Amino acid sequence: MHPAKSVIYFTTATGAGYGLFVWLAYLALQGLLPADKLHAFVFLAAGFGLVITGLLSSTGHLGHPERAWRAMSQWRSSWLSREGLMAILTFIPLSIFAIMWFFMGQSAGPAARIAAIGAVMAMITVFTTSMIYASLKTIPAWHNIWTKFGYLTLSLMSGGLLALALSGVFGMETAFHALIMPVLVLLVLGLSVKYLYWEHIKTAKTSTIESATGLGRFGKVTLAARPHSEDNYLLKEMGYRIARKHARKIRSLAAAFGFVLPLILLVAAMLYLEGTGRAIALCLAFILCMIGLVFERWLFFAEAKHAVTLYYGEQAV
Amino acid sequence: MTSLPKTTKRKLGLVIDLDICVGCHACATNCKEWNTGAKSAPLTDLDPYGKADGVWFNRIHTYETEDAEGTSRTVHFPRSCLHCDDAPCVTVCPTGASYKREEDGIVLVNEDICIGCKLCSWACPYGAREYDEHEGVMKKCTLCIDKIYNENLPLESRAPACVSTCPTGARSFGDLGDPNSDVSKLVAARDGYALMPEQGTKPVNRYLPPRPKRDTSSQAEDRAPRTLEYVDEEAGSAPLLARLVDRILSV
Repeated sequence: MHPAKSVIYFTTATGAGYGLFVWLAYLALQGLLPADKLHAFVFLAAGFGLVITGLLSSTGHLGHPERAWRAMSQWRSSWLSREGLMAILTFIPLSIFAIMWFFMGQSAGPAARIAAIGAVMAMITVFTTSMIYASLKTIPAWHNIWTKFGYLTLSLMSGGLLALALSGVFGMETAFHALIMPVLVLLVLGLSVKYLYWEHIKTAKTSTIESATGLGRFGKVTLAARPHSEDNYLLKEMGYRIARKHARKIRSLAAAFGFVLPLILLVAAMLYLEGTGRAIALCLAFILCMIGLVFERWLFFAEAKHAVTLYYGEQAV
Repeated sequence: MTSLPKTTKRKLGLVIDLDICVGCHACATNCKEWNTGAKSAPLTDLDPYGKADGVWFNRIHTYETEDAEGTSRTVHFPRSCLHCDDAPCVTVCPTGASYKREEDGIVLVNEDICIGCKLCSWACPYGAREYDEHEGVMKKCTLCIDKIYNENLPLESRAPACVSTCPTGARSFGDLGDPNSDVSKLVAARDGYALMPEQGTKPVNRYLPPRPKRDTSSQAEDRAPRTLEYVDEEAGSAPLLARLVDRILSV
């Protein structure tokens, strides 16, 4: 599948943004969020900035972005529609929480409970995003449970790293200690889920060139002639092949940047660093993780084979 | 509404005979000709005199098969929308632009509300949907909806363009939901099959498999002479002049 930049940014940015809101609710419920305007502004700007630019970016690959509002209507059948609707609905509790925190100086009590509602809805939104991909039977690399686990885990993980980075910058000692262990667990969990995903897609196949043409009764089927001499839309969008030979290297980069290096930095921040050094390590961990997730998401698209490629000579998908 | 109808009154579709198809691309050409001026007009061509790329509803592939004994075949294979009963391209559509008609089962796109998100093309295993980059919307086979119901056309012309034009009669059109229709009888007689049934899309269109090969072994009596030597063996009984020419040429 063609890895569109707009969709890679959309899924990684909204994932981190929604994840951050989950950890803000977690801190708010424990009374660990400072109520002042500066904290409120920075945390909320980071969260809303990622979510809003991500959602806007997702309209970037549309043929008619001005009609995007229509995508809210078919929630009964379409996961893309459900995702659009959930994204809009999630803004309601998140905006109320933002108003209470920034304008009214409340970050605990009722504000924390509104934030918790927002956090649950944020995770449902991330789940609907994952289902856009996981619901497609034509792409066995996506049509599996690891796709759903992956999106949810990586959203919580990258959002948690962002929460840690900001708490490091503000020197929020108790918040740091409340966040560090869950985020370390999520880094290990995230890498495990991606490993299981990569193992799964080695063997996941639904159809063959024989079933696609129905000619298996005559033996082995191969493509003798394409219908057209130049690549058409189907081959450009669904027959993307550039990444496959580099997949192993890019996987290593995704694993190193996305998970291993942030893990080392977090352990160092926990055991050896304090003050500015810790803040720098935590910020670096978040930045490296996002770079790793861009590699990971690029592979998620580029490695995925679509059933239509069977008509163009692929043997099994 | 992108939920599928529970049942459709008719199941209009195509039956494609792979035994007859010669891979001439006439169906694809006439499809382009009709549809570039019909409901989904235009079927945009980008850079037609360079790296040509454009929207087509019909694509003709050619496959080779080879069995364990080394017997091979060449099969021409037209590929177009199968107007599936459980069309995944319809249910994934977020705007309601994609729909399946209750009256005849035809799957269509309302281009006025399509946002061009391309998800329907991801959901279709058959590559039936092509994105028109110039128009920013998705396009697909309409089963020539503006031809098959067109009362201004003579009755025999009210068939999809690909069916009307096929010079070998490899394509048939009709109601595959009616077991007594000509197309249903044809499918039953020739063991017509659906493509990728494991994808769960329940296609309406059917393909008829190539018939078994005739005996092609050298003992077969009706085997056509394949080489000049075969003809030359008979030279002894030819008229004098011919034998003379044969002798001179054989020196």
